[in-house]
Amino acid sequence: MINQVYRLVAPRRFEIAYTECSLQSSGVIVRPQYLSICAADQRYYTGSRAKEVLQQKLPMALIHEAMGIVVHDPQGHWAHGTRVVLIPNHPTESDDVVAENYLRSSKFCSSSRDGFMQDYVVVARDRLVEVPSCVSPTVAAFTELVSVSTHAIDRFAVRAHERRDVLGVWGDGNLGFIVALLLKKQYPRSQVYVFGKTEHKLAHFSFADGTYLIDAIPRDLTVHHAFECTGGMGSQVAIAQIIDRIEPEGTISLLGVSELPVEVNTRMVLEKGLTLFGSSRSGRADFLRAVEILQTQADVPQYLQTLVGTVCDVHSIQDMVNAFETDLTTSWGKTVMAWNV
Amino acid sequence: MIYALILAAGKGTRMGNVDLPKQFMQLGSRPIVIHTVEKFMLHDALDRIIVVAPQDWLQYTTDILNRYIGHDPRLMVTAGGPDRNESIMNALRYVDKQFGIQADDIVITHDSVRPFVTRRIIEENIQYALETGAVDTVIPAIDTIVKSTSGQYIDEIPYRTEMYQGQTPQSFNARKLMHLYGELSAEERSTLTDACKIFTLRQQPVRLVRGEVFNIKITTPYDLKVAEALLEGGTHH
Repeated sequence: MINQVYRLVAPRRFEIAYTECSLQSSGVIVRPQYLSICAADQRYYTGSRAKEVLQQKLPMALIHEAMGIVVHDPQGHWAHGTRVVLIPNHPTESDDVVAENYLRSSKFCSSSRDGFMQDYVVVARDRLVEVPSCVSPTVAAFTELVSVSTHAIDRFAVRAHERRDVLGVWGDGNLGFIVALLLKKQYPRSQVYVFGKTEHKLAHFSFADGTYLIDAIPRDLTVHHAFECTGGMGSQVAIAQIIDRIEPEGTISLLGVSELPVEVNTRMVLEKGLTLFGSSRSGRADFLRAVEILQTQADVPQYLQTLVGTVCDVHSIQDMVNAFETDLTTSWGKTVMAWNV
Repeated sequence: MIYALILAAGKGTRMGNVDLPKQFMQLGSRPIVIHTVEKFMLHDALDRIIVVAPQDWLQYTTDILNRYIGHDPRLMVTAGGPDRNESIMNALRYVDKQFGIQADDIVITHDSVRPFVTRRIIEENIQYALETGAVDTVIPAIDTIVKSTSGQYIDEIPYRTEMYQGQTPQSFNARKLMHLYGELSAEERSTLTDACKIFTLRQQPVRLVRGEVFNIKITTPYDLKVAEALLEGGTHH
């Protein structure tokens, strides 16, 4: 079979590549249906990654958040028509200590291998997780982001001390929303506060115990542990504010990706005995956990549905460009492509 | 029922001095017709996929389907006819004999030598064939079309914006297609260059589906070179 792969060849320019794949290989064939645009995709699309990085990685198909339907499984494990989410991380080895998403040998869609902007995606059987019927396809499209959040919260759970009365989330974007929501579900007796720059974005966090503009935080407000979900230029400011506001021996989970070297006030990190640790991406176990949460906590898919900002019907390359441009001008929520190309 | 007819009955006279019909030539690691059949096999809506092969190449076709695809109960092979429309009719008679064509059955006909077809094109053919009864896959004409009956002087230059180039699939209500074809005179049949004209000759509506520029028909050595170049261009990652 000849497969169409819609690759970014230069900033703001997609072209089609034609690859050969066999129905007899061991891979499962999935038709992508809903694809969600992430900030990481936008950094490639707009050309804001370093020139050397773009030269090395392009041409490459974007998108690492997607759901689709199984159309062929040579082993017959997956029934045709099963709704699945695609796991973008592809480990090439296993390790007893290091999680699959931190192994340097792993490949990641839309980073070190083609993403999901394809007519069909061929994947290993264990890179698929079934979508519960209670979850809409537009929410299922960004299950990956939910799995990234559960992964970070699980890491927090084993690293942070037990005093967890006040948890702070810095960042009023998509990741901040999901992390804060899942924290509140997992720690219902904790106070979950969200800190952001934009009032209308903070207004969406109806489940939080408090939301604060970062320049209007009450003088005596402190947190026991914090999650940095800003990324970009905001990381440095957020980390500095967290170090000011966190109680001694707290943990700071770093989730925001920044292209810039970020300064950290290590004097205060030392004085307060803080633990900073990074969380990035996710693996199969995190996807299973994310899907379990979506399935068992009825209000979570409902909250996540409010995060679906724009759904773009994509039939052509021009529609792909339009979707990415729309996403750039959208101030809130995820942009999802209904993949009808 | 929804049937796909993969039209592979041509003898490849335009491919130059080669013995192998064009649909059986290799593109990448497999014969062109195999690429095409595989793309159709990924549609669960299709109840049967019937490869229409030259009479002398029936066993060969069966052999390569077995070799590259293996046994699949949806996959069948039957003999074509002297021309395109007779091949379609032969295949429909075969289908009728095997399964009995019902009033709402549709047939998706596709050139075996168009392996670059996409899922969308096939899905839209199924959708609109069910809705309208006849579908043609087209792309807007890129070059200006010039009409000349003498071959030496221009009769007419139609508006390019109203011109399209026909591709496949072409899809139809199966019973209606057989009925309309049966009504045509021998003279009308001789004017047919494709199956959609069977409908337009009887003023029946044919819905357009947007094709793709890359949905090329591999009929000449040049086309095969283009197809190979496209595939090679897609092997970086």
